[in-house]
Amino acid sequence: MSFLENLGMPGLFNYWVVIFLMMAGFYVVISRGNLVKKIVGLNIFQISVFLLYISMGKVDGGTAPILAEGITSYSNPLPHVLILTAIVVGVATTALGLALVVRINEAYGTIEDTEINDIEKKVEDAE
Amino acid sequence: MNSHLPILQVIIPLMAAPVCIILRRAEWVWGLTVLVTWAVFGMTTTVVIDVLNNGTIDYFIGDWPAPWGIAFRIDELSAYVLLIVSLIGAVVASYARASVIKEIPEDRHYLFYTNYLLCLTGLLGMTATGDAFNLFVFLEISSLSGYTLIALGSDKRALTASYRYLVLGTIGATFYVIGLGLMYMMTGTLNMADLAERLPDVVATRTILVSLAFLTVGLSLKVALFPLHLWLPNAYTYAPSVVTAFMAATATKVAVYVMIRIFYFVFGGTDVFAEQGVAEVIMGLAIAGMFIASIVAVFQSNLKKMLAYSSVAQIGYIMLGISLVSVSGLSAGLVHLFNHALIKCALFLALGCVFLRLGSVEIKDMAGIGKRMPLTMGAFVIGGLSLIGIPLTVGFVSKWQLMNAAFEANLWPVALLIPLSSLIAVVYIWRVIEVAYLQPIPASAPSVKEAPLSMLIPTWGVALAAVYFGIDTDLTLGVAIDAAQSLMGGGQ
Repeated sequence: MSFLENLGMPGLFNYWVVIFLMMAGFYVVISRGNLVKKIVGLNIFQISVFLLYISMGKVDGGTAPILAEGITSYSNPLPHVLILTAIVVGVATTALGLALVVRINEAYGTIEDTEINDIEKKVEDAE
Repeated sequence: MNSHLPILQVIIPLMAAPVCIILRRAEWVWGLTVLVTWAVFGMTTTVVIDVLNNGTIDYFIGDWPAPWGIAFRIDELSAYVLLIVSLIGAVVASYARASVIKEIPEDRHYLFYTNYLLCLTGLLGMTATGDAFNLFVFLEISSLSGYTLIALGSDKRALTASYRYLVLGTIGATFYVIGLGLMYMMTGTLNMADLAERLPDVVATRTILVSLAFLTVGLSLKVALFPLHLWLPNAYTYAPSVVTAFMAATATKVAVYVMIRIFYFVFGGTDVFAEQGVAEVIMGLAIAGMFIASIVAVFQSNLKKMLAYSSVAQIGYIMLGISLVSVSGLSAGLVHLFNHALIKCALFLALGCVFLRLGSVEIKDMAGIGKRMPLTMGAFVIGGLSLIGIPLTVGFVSKWQLMNAAFEANLWPVALLIPLSSLIAVVYIWRVIEVAYLQPIPASAPSVKEAPLSMLIPTWGVALAAVYFGIDTDLTLGVAIDAAQSLMGGGQ
């Protein structure tokens, strides 16, 4: 068995991509101090989940779920529909997150996590 | 008409939200919000009475039967949580007017009430739905409007608190969706009742165990289980007082409800919760939270932050009850869920009154406040005593039940830790009482008068409820035990 077959390639290729994107996005959220980059990381993280759902709807040899003569095997459309909803939620979250970053920039004059923490510490010490 | 109440109670606040944007004038929008929230409370009460008398209600949206359409499923457990959420929603809306005028710029009032109604919609929907993916959608409705509500706070730190809650909340919700996806892969259904039927056959697979792990971590973030509570203190501290009172009493409680629903209903046919060590991990974290968060609360100078840390500790009590995996433990957790919602709502409403008159909730500004605002601080003291767990208050009932449950499980060290951690609550509540009543009013203090009746009546209403349900436990404890029995019964 070759190395790739051990990893379940090519059948599990999509799932490896999902895991890679998930970890990459999660890492960006945690490690980056720039608030916009955090939102981008969050987006990558969410999109990996979209791919997970879309991949699981695929049935081997199945076609698009439209009734037609001579076709008996269809892919499952339900996960795709669910992900349409999740995409909308993701867009709303991103929009709200970026709107908050704009407001934070107006209030603090910076969007770097460490600088914001310094400013907040000063305010707290003054209280 | 009556048969559509399960959906109407969720849809009506959703429909009222855009009307608020059209009306725009602050006092009209407030009037509409109060009207809608009390109407929702009326509908919820009707549904709850129906459930208690006639058993579980299944409602199919658009008359599509369950596996194809979305089903609402209201059993005793959801009825119990619906009641507390809609009650708090109505009381806090009635209280909001004066406090909102003080803390939020006038041109944003209508947006505040719009988001408030959306948040209520999301929380009620999460509780009523019987479809696991639909739950995620309602979760995001309540979360997104919740972030906005927090960001309306007048302190600029409200913005960063809201941002951090958004990042962590989204991670939590996404974890929930991942867990759900893995469950769907193995079972091919998203309906909770169907999931509960099909999961026992596939529970030994790695996919389901991974899904359980994702669900547990994701929901723990939403519950603010220690040590995943980091978003909570600042969010509660810098949000407008009204928002804090509402969110502290409902948002985390509904997340706890979802956790119970997943562990005891969806996974109810399996013993994976007890067998895989999930319960032990949660118990350990709950106890750690009870002590560490309480101790941190003692050292806070901002009273809202103090109560926020106290909330993390109290969530520990609820989760401890759930982690005991017994009827008495689960019912103790449920009773504390109800009771803590009342207690924290009363305390935060009282602090809202203080902020209205004083413009601050720092402990150093509150010297002698008990003499100048006797009614407000009276409600605060009742709430504080309940938090500690003095007999004849709700806090005593739930802690008593929790100790009994721990003894029943032969965990006497855990049972002893419960009153021990309550002693820390005595310390932080006493600090406030000492400053408010025993310290003289400083000569330099600005003169303040009592809060207006429109705020005092809701505050005292909740505070008196916190005493009433401590004496008459039939409703809360009775329903909690029934709900716990039917959940645990399903597991055997």
